[in-house]
Amino acid sequence: MRVDLKQAPGRALKWVIEHGRPRKRAAARETEANAGGKPRRNAAWRTEANASGKLTRNAAAGPEPNASEAAGRTNVQNRLWKGLQMAKTLIELRDICKRYDDNVVLDHFNLTVEENEFITLLGPSGCGKTTLLRIVGGFEQPDSGQVFFEGQDITEFPPNKRQINTVFQKYALFPHMNVGQNIAFGLKVSGKSDSYIRQKVKYGLKLVNLEGFENRKVDQMSGGQQQRVAIARAVVNEPRLLLLDEPLGALDLKLREDMQYELIRLKEELGITFLYVTHDQEEALTMSNRIIVLNNGDIQQIGTPEEIYNEPQNAFVADFIGDSNILDAEMVHDKLVKICGTEFPCVDTGFGENKPVDVVIRPEDIIIREPGEGKLDGVVTHNVFIGVHYEMEIEAGGFTWLAQNTTSYDVGTPVSIDVIPFNIQIMHKPVKPEQEALDLEAE
Amino acid sequence: MKKLPAVPYIVWMIAGTFIPLLMIVYYGFTDRTGAFTTANILAVFQPVHMKALGLSLGLSVVSTVICLALSIPLALVLKHSTMGREGLIVFIFLLPMWMNFLLRTMAWQVILEKGGIMYHLAHMLHLPFPPIINTTGAIVLGMVYDFLPFMVLPIYNVLEKIDPNIIEAAYDLGAGESTVLRKIILPMCVPGIVSGITMVFVPSLTTFVISNILGGGKIYLIGNIIEQEFTTSANWNLGSGISLVMMVFILLSMAALMKLDKNGEGGMM
Repeated sequence: MRVDLKQAPGRALKWVIEHGRPRKRAAARETEANAGGKPRRNAAWRTEANASGKLTRNAAAGPEPNASEAAGRTNVQNRLWKGLQMAKTLIELRDICKRYDDNVVLDHFNLTVEENEFITLLGPSGCGKTTLLRIVGGFEQPDSGQVFFEGQDITEFPPNKRQINTVFQKYALFPHMNVGQNIAFGLKVSGKSDSYIRQKVKYGLKLVNLEGFENRKVDQMSGGQQQRVAIARAVVNEPRLLLLDEPLGALDLKLREDMQYELIRLKEELGITFLYVTHDQEEALTMSNRIIVLNNGDIQQIGTPEEIYNEPQNAFVADFIGDSNILDAEMVHDKLVKICGTEFPCVDTGFGENKPVDVVIRPEDIIIREPGEGKLDGVVTHNVFIGVHYEMEIEAGGFTWLAQNTTSYDVGTPVSIDVIPFNIQIMHKPVKPEQEALDLEAE
Repeated sequence: MKKLPAVPYIVWMIAGTFIPLLMIVYYGFTDRTGAFTTANILAVFQPVHMKALGLSLGLSVVSTVICLALSIPLALVLKHSTMGREGLIVFIFLLPMWMNFLLRTMAWQVILEKGGIMYHLAHMLHLPFPPIINTTGAIVLGMVYDFLPFMVLPIYNVLEKIDPNIIEAAYDLGAGESTVLRKIILPMCVPGIVSGITMVFVPSLTTFVISNILGGGKIYLIGNIIEQEFTTSANWNLGSGISLVMMVFILLSMAALMKLDKNGEGGMM
């Protein structure tokens, strides 16, 4: 994805831009891996991930646990680091269980959301993400477990007693009120003065680029505009936490992309915490500080977008986030894995010797060489131009590899494929069904 | 070709609505000899007719208001009851509607009249017998009983269609239950309320059966007057004239309701 800097005022977005996209990143990783011989991928980002993931422990241990790490960080990273250190826990879900009849949706679920975080619950339909959001919003009661808001148990609180506002998937605007009345509703209910409300409605509309739409009827607006009104209606109440339930799901692609940047900007401007639910992995990667990948009510992985993409912890995550080649393989010993009968050096350790593992290799990480010059010889069986690059299928070693390359290789061309050690991600074999890659129909 | 399927309806409308209406207009503006006259129309201003019309309007308004007051809570209860029970409650509610309207009204006569069920019940409990039969109260009771489902169902239908997310959004924005009811649910019910009012008010205004059976033939509503002109008096011209005036009344009240509905959409807050 190309990103125009001028359209991107938010810090979070810059962060995505600077550390974001696959091509650049692969190159960076290559240098890093070759130069330092470091066993860890993306060392710099892992630092951040640790900071966001296990902040309390780091903070308790002291602000700068490793001076050399600090020196290695750029300005942006430093700012982020500081921001994260100031963060505190806003919402904590403790041991939440929820079932509908015999269907267990959430089973002893735990989650902590820091203040000022853009956190995304990502998973296929029916994975429990919306239920989770509804429990946080107060629309559903958990069967057991507690919800804490800044340390206070709010499990029993009704939605109108929580400092939380929600943006619904289908907007849920009040059809009998005009735009201004919709936005003013929450403020009116809380007894704010007329002049304050007028001012806030103006501010809310400005925030979502709908200035002057106060008297417009709701049904006279497009889907995108209605969703903006819904966002304005929620944020004018200055909630501490904004819940967004697939808010872009009903919009078309172009609008959805615009709204993603809009949301990032809003979050930066307002400084409130966003808890976002989606099944769209691209949305999650673009906007989030932290992504929680869910399947069948179980957390599959928590991490920054980079971590989730580059280091999926199991086949489900690898398959759900982006295109990937997921293969059965055997870990010969540390740093050596046998894929399709051929040994590939890799960087992972600690999987044991001669153990079956899953391997994920991203299509853009497959290097196509002349026959005999790579590790596995094969032949191109499919080639489609999909915009930025060509997407090809290569039959090699008894597996159909998905490869992306800016150079086109005609169908039938004999080629050889190679992967640098750093781009081979080793994963444990699934022990639970929800860790397995999705069936096509399941998606 | 396209219009071919519409032919039966057009024929039906001509035969069932258009021609009878024209005949009423013809009879209304002529006398027995067939000469043009406005006497039949102006006859509505005779004191006895005015009284009947006033009473009809009054009783219709009262029973409509009572129906409305009963229907809104009832529709809310129906909406909030759980799925399994919901079907049953609606069914029970609809059950009397499938029985003949006359029978239902006559059943009330049996209940209310002297020597009827109420009489014996009051006697058993040593209570004074409530002399409801043959009063306007009995007529209102009959109207409410007969027409209540026509008020409940449209309101219930509208309530059912309200997106639960909209209610949740209102709670989410800090509204309590009574605010949600006043600012969200009731305003969104207005279309159902309007059609409910129409479906109760109009038949109440024109009924003659209920007043005949429960009024003991002593209370004259405008419907009774018209009926008598057509039957006992055999004065079709006068009956048609008063019918036309009634029609104007109904059209006016409908127009007023429509206006309320329109306002209700945008300006309830």
